[in-house]
Amino acid sequence: MTPRVVVVDDHALFRSGVRAELESRVDIVGDAASVAEAIDVVAATEPDVVLLDVHLPDGSGADVIAAVGPQHPSIRFLALSVSDAAEDVIAVIRAGARGYVTKSISVDDLADAVQRVHDGDAVFSPRLAGFVLDAFAGASPPPAPVTAEPDPDLEQLTAREREVLQHLARGYLYKEIAHRLGISTKTVEAHVSAVLRKLQLSNRHELSRWATTRRLVE
Amino acid sequence: MTAAQPEHAVAPPALRRDRSNGVLAGVCAGIARRLGIDPLPVRIVALVLSLAGGIGVPLYLLAWAVLPGEGHAQTGRSRRSAVEIALGVGLLAISAMLTLRGLGLWLSDAITWPLALVAGGVALVWRGRTWATDEALPTTVTPEPPPQAERVASVSRQGLGAGLFIAAGLVFLQATGSLSAARDVILAALVVAIVLGLIFAPWTLRLARSLTIERAERIRSQERAELAAHLHDSVLQTLALMQKRADDPREVAALARAQERELRAWLAGRSPSEGERRLGAALESAAAEVEATYRVPVDVVAVGDVDLDARGEALVAAAREAMVNAAKFGAGSPVAVYAEADGGAVQVFIRDRGPGFDPDAVPPDRRGLRESVVGRMARNGGRATVTASPGAGTEVELVLESAP
Repeated sequence: MTPRVVVVDDHALFRSGVRAELESRVDIVGDAASVAEAIDVVAATEPDVVLLDVHLPDGSGADVIAAVGPQHPSIRFLALSVSDAAEDVIAVIRAGARGYVTKSISVDDLADAVQRVHDGDAVFSPRLAGFVLDAFAGASPPPAPVTAEPDPDLEQLTAREREVLQHLARGYLYKEIAHRLGISTKTVEAHVSAVLRKLQLSNRHELSRWATTRRLVE
Repeated sequence: MTAAQPEHAVAPPALRRDRSNGVLAGVCAGIARRLGIDPLPVRIVALVLSLAGGIGVPLYLLAWAVLPGEGHAQTGRSRRSAVEIALGVGLLAISAMLTLRGLGLWLSDAITWPLALVAGGVALVWRGRTWATDEALPTTVTPEPPPQAERVASVSRQGLGAGLFIAAGLVFLQATGSLSAARDVILAALVVAIVLGLIFAPWTLRLARSLTIERAERIRSQERAELAAHLHDSVLQTLALMQKRADDPREVAALARAQERELRAWLAGRSPSEGERRLGAALESAAAEVEATYRVPVDVVAVGDVDLDARGEALVAAAREAMVNAAKFGAGSPVAVYAEADGGAVQVFIRDRGPGFDPDAVPPDRRGLRESVVGRMARNGGRATVTASPGAGTEVELVLESAP
């Protein structure tokens, strides 16, 4: 089944480029150039996947997710940006995006990433994998949250998850990682999804700091 | 005198006012330094001369005027409060006038005390000025605007000086008996001042606000000018170059990538020269060079960072050589570089998606990988592993354990 996709980016040139490149592989049902437009278009078209720029003129990709995500839990968001500042990327992931790729990604890889996100998997670019390893580096456990009951499992990566992320950062594809680690591709996907969940739910200091710096700045 | 004394004992310094250690103008401290003794006895002598015969005061003033100053007054003086300075100058003035009395020139109380107060006030008000010039002279750099605290201190100093002036006037009027007459005049003047203040207050406020706005505007336009200058030197030049080379897609892509890398570094506040000695930055710049030379994209992902020592530099050089290899033999596929530094060890992976090769089939004269990478790592107590198989690309792994 071809995923129905909305492209949100403030550069018209980029939107039309993505439309031209992906049209044969996915069904592009709309596009938007701002947070306000994106909220309307997404609500009206209810796509499967939203390709979401991290920076928008009137806000951020995280704002779009916060506005439409709760009412449309089935819509998946894939962040797409030239920005590679950790705080931007982590903020949009923590807002609920299922992955992050850079705009320099090849057409094939982008189509593959959209399909993967549509299937419910997570998509990590090498750079995002690097950020995550950085954020979870060091053994120091974060200060226990006062309100929610602390879940120590959320605060650290397992050895296998680290291994998978390191391979992603080294530029390996899922099936290559599976082959190298002697596990199935499905297991690799499961590990990456688990990492994504930790990324979104963890109270680790680095993650919350990254996620909040931008808001403080703006 | 502190730690600097031994040197001076060998060769006595020229006779200069030592403002860093002086109480008033550093004359006594300067003399003491010339003699190589503690300033305290010199000060006592100066004080006795001033109080006993009165000859000390003109001598001191003469020395102040004649001797060149040395050292930063600020560090020395800032330790003393404004009040102390005022008191000191006031006392000097009193002693000068007592001297005059002693010499037979009678000054009435009506003049003595106001003059002492005025001298103190002048010292306070002028102190800020002389400071500024003292500071500006040795360093040609424009002084930065003083921080808030210093500004407040300066204002309170000026206020105190003004207060001393007013007190001097009151004492003078009181002593001459015309205070009550002056009161009416002062009252009238005060009323006029208040009325004028009320009339002009909105205008003054507006002026102050527009000054603030103008200043912010100026800062913003300076930033814009700086940004424009940078964009002009970098991005616009590259864009012009790309238009000229439009018929060579590889060249255009390489230009675009090099520019992107430079712009990112600039946005992140990294200047290309500094940070060379950190692992991440060094790998980035090696990647940029390889990219520019071989027209193949090289992506660097770094987790953690370390300062580079000699072994670290060797690691970066080996990594650079591996990137060159990947760029040359990777059939144009992007090169992925991943570095991880976690305190214990540094690992760098360089991977391409080219045709790969059979490591055992490499002829012995092709020494790039063997010498520059494997050999170099071994010489520096690290190791290099090359994983390659025909059809599946090549990955070079460099490991450097931290020195024991």
